[in-house]
Amino acid sequence: MIKFLRDFVQRMVDKLFSTKRHIKMGLYGPPNSGKTTLANRICKDWLGEKMGSVSNIPHETREIQIKEKIHIKHKNKELTFSLVDTPGIATKIDYEDFLKFKMSEKEAKNRAKEATKGVIDSIKWLDDMDCVVVVLDSTQNPYSQVNVTIIGNLAARDIPVVIAGNKVDLKKANLKKIESAFPQYDVVGISAMNGKNMEEFYESLFKVIK
Amino acid sequence: MPYSDIEHLTTSDRIDKLLDIVKGNKIVLMQGRLHPEEEGKLIQETMQQIEDSFRGIEICTIYPEEKNLQLLKRMKKEMVKYIVGNRDGITIIGPATIVREIKRDTNNMMLLTMHTASGRSMTKKSKSTTRSRKRR
Repeated sequence: MIKFLRDFVQRMVDKLFSTKRHIKMGLYGPPNSGKTTLANRICKDWLGEKMGSVSNIPHETREIQIKEKIHIKHKNKELTFSLVDTPGIATKIDYEDFLKFKMSEKEAKNRAKEATKGVIDSIKWLDDMDCVVVVLDSTQNPYSQVNVTIIGNLAARDIPVVIAGNKVDLKKANLKKIESAFPQYDVVGISAMNGKNMEEFYESLFKVIK
Repeated sequence: MPYSDIEHLTTSDRIDKLLDIVKGNKIVLMQGRLHPEEEGKLIQETMQQIEDSFRGIEICTIYPEEKNLQLLKRMKKEMVKYIVGNRDGITIIGPATIVREIKRDTNNMMLLTMHTASGRSMTKKSKSTTRSRKRR
């Protein structure tokens, strides 16, 4: 009974102050989907500075990166969150793939080793998230098991999810395919690189974080 | 592999069993699917075991759509799942050195394998397809 009352009061307090909260928001997705580009876009929009380096070589982000206290405003609502940019989740990492990018064998093996640790950390951090933006490359097939596993894990933990279909400015982009793969989620098409549809993206954040 | 082979095992034992088979250069075709959290743990364990001779896995699960089921049927299904485990659908797991890619859409999956001419060399690639219809 006491627990019920305590939970009830907590819920009411949360509701009353729901327009201004401090949460941990993670960016998840497969490698090269544009997570860090989106993190940079969000940081540029609200802090005026970048967050991390981007590259077309997979697994550029191999460590969790956090930007504290990002404060965003949208239609009289405010939100303060820590942005957590995570390494891309993959089921395989082959150092030979990095050799194609003119890396030495030693560099490639080192990058592969760091990338495996990055994947492990990304999954570990899922438990700490209050909200997750799953960043998918809208030019790629969304029916990959990595995407299904990430979204399944978030659903099992009851974590609010926004799916950002990134790279919609490219010719091959197919947002409809993402929408039909994950019909139960909010899917917003963006171009993190060009800043396309970011207003819609911020709106969907406020929609899922109640 | 029938679901009954793993249903009595703990999560870590299930993962060890699946990875042991895959690391023996075999492709697992399993009845049912792992829980999403187990899939996450499988990926973590895979990453921990990556080395020169093991580059990771390709995994794909395909299962029947449940969104159009009536409430009563859905409840019945959930109850069966709770009692006997999730035996719907199939899961394919293979070593990344043999399975190049598993392409999947709403109804089909396509398994693309690699021909390794000599050891780790991946110059020759072949395309074999396995089509599997969703069980409705």
